[in-house]
Amino acid sequence: MKNHVWRPLFVVLGVAALILAARMFYVPKDFGVHDQGYMYGFHRLGNEQDWKDQKPEYRFEPEYCSGCHPDKAEELSTSPHAIIPCEDCHGPAKGHPEDPPKLPIDRSREQCMRCHAYLPYAQSGRSNIRGIDPAEHNPGTECVICHDPHHSNAVETPHPQPPLP
Amino acid sequence: MGFDVMDRREFIRSTAIFIAGASVPAAALEVMSAKELFAARPDIHWVFLVDTTKCVGCGFCVKACKLENGIPYDANVTRTWVERYVLTKDGKVRADTPKGARDGFITKQIDENAEGMKDIKDEDIDKAFFVPKLCNQCDNPPCVQVCPVGATYKTADGVVLVDRTWCIGCGYCIMGCPYGVRFFHPVEHVADKCTFCYHRITKGRKTACVEACPFGARDIGNIKDPNDPVAKVIMTQRVGVLKDEYGTKPQAFYIGLSKEVR
Amino acid sequence: MPVHGEIWTVKELFVLPNEYIYWAIQIVMYPFMTGLVAGAFVLSSLYHVFGVKALKDIARFALVFSMSLLPVAMMPLQLHLMQPLRGIEVMMTPHFTSAIAAFGIVFMTYASIVASELWFVYREHFVTTARALSAKSDRSALDGMRLMLFRALTLGAYDVSEAALAKDHKAVTILAGIGIPVACFLHGYAGFIFGSVKANALWMTPLMPVIFIMSAIVSGIALCILVYITISVYRHRTAGGVSGGSRECSTAKEVLCVPGTMAAMDATRYLRIFMIFAITLELLDIIFRGYTAVKSWDILRQVIYGKDFYNIFIFQYGVGNLLPFILLMLPGLTVRRTVVAAVLVLFGVFMMRWNVVIGGQSFSLTFSGFMHYHMPVVPSDLETFREGLGGVMLVAVTPFVIFHFLNKVMPVFPAREGR
Repeated sequence: MKNHVWRPLFVVLGVAALILAARMFYVPKDFGVHDQGYMYGFHRLGNEQDWKDQKPEYRFEPEYCSGCHPDKAEELSTSPHAIIPCEDCHGPAKGHPEDPPKLPIDRSREQCMRCHAYLPYAQSGRSNIRGIDPAEHNPGTECVICHDPHHSNAVETPHPQPPLP
Repeated sequence: MGFDVMDRREFIRSTAIFIAGASVPAAALEVMSAKELFAARPDIHWVFLVDTTKCVGCGFCVKACKLENGIPYDANVTRTWVERYVLTKDGKVRADTPKGARDGFITKQIDENAEGMKDIKDEDIDKAFFVPKLCNQCDNPPCVQVCPVGATYKTADGVVLVDRTWCIGCGYCIMGCPYGVRFFHPVEHVADKCTFCYHRITKGRKTACVEACPFGARDIGNIKDPNDPVAKVIMTQRVGVLKDEYGTKPQAFYIGLSKEVR
Repeated sequence: MPVHGEIWTVKELFVLPNEYIYWAIQIVMYPFMTGLVAGAFVLSSLYHVFGVKALKDIARFALVFSMSLLPVAMMPLQLHLMQPLRGIEVMMTPHFTSAIAAFGIVFMTYASIVASELWFVYREHFVTTARALSAKSDRSALDGMRLMLFRALTLGAYDVSEAALAKDHKAVTILAGIGIPVACFLHGYAGFIFGSVKANALWMTPLMPVIFIMSAIVSGIALCILVYITISVYRHRTAGGVSGGSRECSTAKEVLCVPGTMAAMDATRYLRIFMIFAITLELLDIIFRGYTAVKSWDILRQVIYGKDFYNIFIFQYGVGNLLPFILLMLPGLTVRRTVVAAVLVLFGVFMMRWNVVIGGQSFSLTFSGFMHYHMPVVPSDLETFREGLGGVMLVAVTPFVIFHFLNKVMPVFPAREGR
């Protein structure tokens, strides 16, 4: 190949060789085609473990809470609110009681309104929940002043209930 | 460019060998058959079940997801969300998902974004309901197909994940998803999506959203296990999927879907 | 906490929470610049392969200009990436089921072809320059560097005999021949990137790559005409009109006698032909969508005939296609009219890219909501610079800077008399 016309080709091949060489150092060893084939399974295998190693924030184990707070669990057990996991209102337990020692409780009116703001949606589960009109029913007041969310019917004071629509 | 899939695959194969030479290991170009896939991990394939009739739109699932998975709480992106559909007597469909329903639905007004809040009279409503959404972990995930660098992939047990150390942030996967479940993580600056709480389900726990739902509107299970309650429902009851016309084979199944659901 | 895309996206009606205009102005620039590269190359190939003699003068310029545009075709993508430093992964772990991955390989192939072709075209120049420099007895430091550069550029091939140059010439023809399909591939892939997104109702059509190729050639030719005429006239004026015609050439109409402008005017013929192809395909696409009227047509119709009406029918088709077409078709074409038409054509193709990229994201996956794009003009941080007017200007100016330097090594225009 004495012919000079091949020289650009050599340069191109040199560049290609450089890229291939760089590839050997740059690409992690476990990168390749795995279980799902080239189209859907071309990845770095170690990443699956990375995701498995993510730390959970929520425990969502009723026994974990009732172990230390049996009174609260008992109190709640007869309430319709018993279906609500503790951490929905008390926040993710993480390493509680060590870390964090106290959980921030969401006592806000908005928290209650998630279910109890009345919406006239007969085709959804919302229609099975007693609801109020947030604009009419003591606006601006925190619900927990009158209603104990742990109580069996969540009613503490003998306020007249708004009629169910 | 009207190749069908096989043609294109063939074409890509030859192009790759021709030009890239040894840059791709030969194994990279093997295309596995469905049978091989089943053999790879015959015991687990995660599926999701949503019972829209049970959903009350409280948004506890969205809140739990964001806190569990470190998606900045006030950022306007979310791995799961709840949609509200309100059909009125004039034949109109109105739908919204304010902040992805992170704070639930606490007003009758429909959030129409730039159009403002829309009042709807109770008596005008024909039907109204909530639909939770999340990644469908498609069996043919278009988001994975279009990733140029292999930064997103499907695991043997059927979950689509993103490699945060490898994603270049081109956004092609976000464009490729017909369900709008992907977004750029505001802190990591890479594509992000629902992982079915891979760190939980691989340790025998359920996803944060499933656990946080007081009403049992969500559940996750293993379709390969005949005794799995979710598998039983999907096998024996009428369930639907979202946008099956895209050929993505979504693995989130819905009870009580309505034609208005997009 | 701002989310990427939130700054420039305004949502209307029912839009999913994660939906934003993720592919913004830089993705408009990306196919636009790629198109210019491909188009400029095709123009030069018209001479090298098909022997269109009238294009001889502009062909050499088009080739060098295509090379200056080449690195810039990647720039918008780099500016757009959330992880720009990882861009190299497209070459490291290419996932060929993605059009973008294939693009990396095609782009490199194309770059090799253009560079090789340039080498063959300019080899004689490299050799003579290197010899002249080495023969020079009192070389300055700059000359020394130039000598090194030109020696490297010859790749050690100093044979400029008749036979060797004939081989060069043949190689140019072959490379230009291979280059045409590769250039089309390059831009076809840019179209494929959009056309293959099944999730996007506006993008998904097999016509997309073809439409992109046609409009690419149109824009490439238009830019070459524009720049070539501008430089020719500028050189003519600054040289006092000595290198060609007479003094009268300084008036706009007589400017025809400036060497080079004739070639540019001849190129308008090919511009018209490819414009017809491009417009036909684009209209076919719209008509077909309207006629078949599948599920997505309802929202597409609202976008095409409503929200984006001005962008599509006034700016793209009216100002960008119809008007320049008429200007080019009217008898007695003048240089000034050619320049105006070329500018309008470029604008039209840019609007086409805009309407595809931004228009494709201006409606929600729900088909019941819209998104409006507001391009960041004054940058407030790096993100609004990259994905705003600043980034656009950077991309638009760079090819001219590169051309300026390339022209020093590979002169496009014959040396001025007296030098």
